[in-house]
Amino acid sequence: MTTDTVLQISSDSVRAFSEQLGEPGWLTELRLEALEAAKKLELPKVEKTKINRWRLERFGQFHQEQPLQSLDELPSEINDLIQSNDGSDKRNLYVQRNGSMVYRQLSDELKQQGVIFTEMNTAVKEHPELVKKYFLQVIQKDESRLTALHAALWSGGVFLYVPKNTEVSMPLQALFISDDRERVFSPHVLIVADANSSVTYVGSYASTDSDVELVHNGMVEIVAEAGARVQYAAVHNLSASITDLSLRRAVVQNDASIEWIVGEMNAGNCLSETSSVLKGNGSKSDAKVVCIGEGSHDLNITTRAVHIGKSSDSNMLTRAVMRDEAQAIINGITKIEKGATNANGEQTERVLMLSPKARGDANPLLLIDEDEVTAGHAASAGQVDKEQIYYLMSRGVTRQEAEKLIIIGFLQPIVSEIPIESVKEQLSALIERKLQ
Amino acid sequence: MSQPYFVIDGLKASIEGKEILKGINLEVKGGEVHAIMGPNGTGKSTLASAIMGHPKYEVTGGSITLDGESILDMEVDERARAGLFLCMQYPSEITGVTNADFLRSAINARREEGDEISLIRFIRQMEEKMKQLEMDPEFMHRYLNEGFSGGEKKRNEILQMAMLEPKIAILDEVDSGLDIDALKIVADGVNSMRSEERGFIIITHYQRLLNYIKPDFVHVMMQGRIVKSGGPELAERLEAEGYDWIKEELGIEDVTVGQEEEEFQVPMNTTPPEFFRK
Repeated sequence: MTTDTVLQISSDSVRAFSEQLGEPGWLTELRLEALEAAKKLELPKVEKTKINRWRLERFGQFHQEQPLQSLDELPSEINDLIQSNDGSDKRNLYVQRNGSMVYRQLSDELKQQGVIFTEMNTAVKEHPELVKKYFLQVIQKDESRLTALHAALWSGGVFLYVPKNTEVSMPLQALFISDDRERVFSPHVLIVADANSSVTYVGSYASTDSDVELVHNGMVEIVAEAGARVQYAAVHNLSASITDLSLRRAVVQNDASIEWIVGEMNAGNCLSETSSVLKGNGSKSDAKVVCIGEGSHDLNITTRAVHIGKSSDSNMLTRAVMRDEAQAIINGITKIEKGATNANGEQTERVLMLSPKARGDANPLLLIDEDEVTAGHAASAGQVDKEQIYYLMSRGVTRQEAEKLIIIGFLQPIVSEIPIESVKEQLSALIERKLQ
Repeated sequence: MSQPYFVIDGLKASIEGKEILKGINLEVKGGEVHAIMGPNGTGKSTLASAIMGHPKYEVTGGSITLDGESILDMEVDERARAGLFLCMQYPSEITGVTNADFLRSAINARREEGDEISLIRFIRQMEEKMKQLEMDPEFMHRYLNEGFSGGEKKRNEILQMAMLEPKIAILDEVDSGLDIDALKIVADGVNSMRSEERGFIIITHYQRLLNYIKPDFVHVMMQGRIVKSGGPELAERLEAEGYDWIKEELGIEDVTVGQEEEEFQVPMNTTPPEFFRK
């Protein structure tokens, strides 16, 4: 992406779209500032993947979609995508089509508990104090050209707020669907779990097929206040012509915990970073990422834990399967700051390559500035074991089936640990389908 | 099912250009048990792997047919579905794939689409066979061979054989690493499968196993060939007298073939040099 292409997005168009949404002045200004910053900022520094060669040009135009009375009104193609998530609870569901929310359902029970689950754009107007307090605080808008572009162009998105001491027992679900490549697809998700609350959120990203290129520039900010417990799960299943940029970050306060479950099942290029900032003493983070790369696409998947609080604990597991000519860089970064005594950080990255042209690189990194800590890492990257294929085939299963069994088996240690049954099923089904 | 007829004729095979099998002839009919004996390094396991189609071995001559049909052009999985089974000396461990899931895939691979074995029937069959092999039912849901002891792996191989009901079963050193109790259980498992519809090739270098599985024919391999064949009495003589008399009879000094490929064997009962012991 050259500066020229950023310039193609005019401040007039951003102002017009902000006004169309009826956004308050501070937000319009924030968008315009971010757009100016994007012109000066560089792309983020990404280990070993040349994202400057990616086609990061088409972010789409904003367009307000028609809200739906019922999910049946969606075109069948999209409905199929939703159906594939079936078996899950639809009582608390948010659906975003391209740039804006088209459907939302929140159960009375959660409303009475004071839970807010709405479109980010709506929350800006209805809950300005809360939004101002947390929005773009976990991730700063001027960290890179991509964060700045997101801050300028985001739309739709989810705002989820769980009040103090509130336990939400059922998962809240959000679906993000791109079915028109001319339209912007950059949702902003902000989850705030107030003190001693707990919540589970599941996001699914899907798209219809098209050759037209588009960039999904998504951001997820999570705040887990003292003693809060947040489970975040996301399954990304975008088609080959969409470049998926996903930046997820949580700030975890005293004795709070975050659990990440991410399935990167895209068919196209993907830059994904999932980080936990363990600010509080006794804070905890657990991240599980599974990933299948295919075609001739690049993947750069990072998990990161930053330990600031004493006795903070992190665990990160990534398993990636690379097919065809896919290239993956899998980074695990455990950073323990000075003063984070008795912190513990563990990480494992494993890459399995299915074809001689597939590439996978596992890069574990421990950056430790404190003495009284424990940390560990393990990483491996290798081809499918020919002896294993021979063994399975010698019992009569075809080569294709043998490879499938080995891949599913390779991902199983993570998939089987997924605590949300509907996500586990969704991910298993998606893996099965990918391997057909 | 009819009585199978398995013929190896003049089989030659090499690994990385080195010829290991130098013309093997063997005929196995349903109902027969053939034991192939011989010292280490004489090509016995190569024979098993070449029959199954291990990619490391290249067949350079001869033929193998099952019921008149050549298997040499078949892929490994096609050979299996045609009715061959190799009980391996070193079965692979496969994480994340349970024993039950794998066996069901293997059974269904033999059946038409839409005619897959029902889960209940499969579980019942598997439980029954596991009981017979005195296997803990928990092994059903363990990952394939992962963390299994040597003996558990061998039992698992026999379990697979029992479930897949092959026409020709080849057992490669199934007795290695088994204590006497496990050996008896494995032998019982094999004996219960003996029938007119199935032939066995049992590869071993100890006569011990043959006390429990009575062979009909015994063949001795040296230098990549079958150098002597006979009835069960041949195995007994080998047990009593070793292989030297055959070597003498045939004027063979080194029985092995392609020896450079063999792993270095640490000599037993050696004492390290003085300075290591300090």
